[in-house]
Amino acid sequence: MIKTLSTEDTLENAGLTDEEQQLFSNARPKAYEPYPIKAVEDFANWARANSLWILAFGTGCGAIELRPLMTARFDANRFGVAGRPTPRQSSVFIIGGYASVKTLKRIIRSYEQMQGPKFVIALGICPVNGGMYFDSYNTINIFDQYLPVDLYITGCMPRPEVLVAGLLELKKKIREGRCDGANRYVENFDWYKANQKKVIKNWDMPDYNW
Amino acid sequence: MNEMLERLERNFAVTGITERRPGLTTLTVGKDAAEILIRDLRDREGYTHLNFITCIDYIEEGIFTLVYMLHNYDSKDTLSVHVDIGRENAEMTSIHTLWAQAWTYQRELHEMYGINFPGSPRLEEDFCLEGWDQIPPMRREFDTKKFSEERFGHREGRHSEVPRDHMKVEFYPNRGGDEE
Repeated sequence: MIKTLSTEDTLENAGLTDEEQQLFSNARPKAYEPYPIKAVEDFANWARANSLWILAFGTGCGAIELRPLMTARFDANRFGVAGRPTPRQSSVFIIGGYASVKTLKRIIRSYEQMQGPKFVIALGICPVNGGMYFDSYNTINIFDQYLPVDLYITGCMPRPEVLVAGLLELKKKIREGRCDGANRYVENFDWYKANQKKVIKNWDMPDYNW
Repeated sequence: MNEMLERLERNFAVTGITERRPGLTTLTVGKDAAEILIRDLRDREGYTHLNFITCIDYIEEGIFTLVYMLHNYDSKDTLSVHVDIGRENAEMTSIHTLWAQAWTYQRELHEMYGINFPGSPRLEEDFCLEGWDQIPPMRREFDTKKFSEERFGHREGRHSEVPRDHMKVEFYPNRGGDEE
């Protein structure tokens, strides 16, 4: 399909140079529409819930809890959970604790590159209200201002058992069709983008990383 | 060791030689003599390893104290060289010609404290703080809590306890938190 550059409802991509603007898409993200037949949608949700592929991106100290998750003791593979090396292949993004501004930029970039359906789990207390870094000059305090969160697992640090419980809870939510984080992101895209640009001062990437 | 320190005292106007513990000695040297002293320690005395460079902000006295931690593998001695520089337009001789890894530390000090190291490579490049638009955050006049609340927001419902008072109530509930 030839990409049409209609002027209405495209992204500005103001952070890019003229040359780079030719290289990146300026289309807005689209919301996911469920299948018209409910049984088909339920079946799709069941399938999604049973193949949760985690993006191998350790974003904070909580990333250390993801390693034992895959080992024999906790063995997350029995729930259909696996680690994937690239955002394009993964469907679950676990925010492992605090996110510094520099990391937040990479988190946004990776999250937007993930293909739907995609889910975000915020691990630890730091994404909720800053945790022990509430007064830090470099870590954000309220994570869901920047990206939609489907499930919170609080604690400092949550043990892998809790993470397993959280993944089971996420599966339950997906099967019930209640994980609409990606759609919330699309619907409130301008609000999220304004919040992101408020903290990330050197915005030199496209407004939406397709 | 003692002859070396005496020689340093004589040649470089080194002051405040203190042995903190066996194997760790601190000394203070003037800003202009610092680079020559460190070069001398590396080339003649065997302090071939640079552990780290760090900085202490004495805002009350208006100085930054740079700390160069040097290690001697033969005698297993650590020597900490303190250099006081003024806080206003803080500038220090770069030692990246002595140890190539020093420029990473100097880049960090430039970003966190605003100290200038003329000639140090990639000094102006962002290191941890991308797109930082405030005064360097590790300077003590920077109010990090105020900045955090303005920039990153504050979620309602958070409250803090003073751990000492809180644990008293936890441990001695019948006495209203009275320890005696």
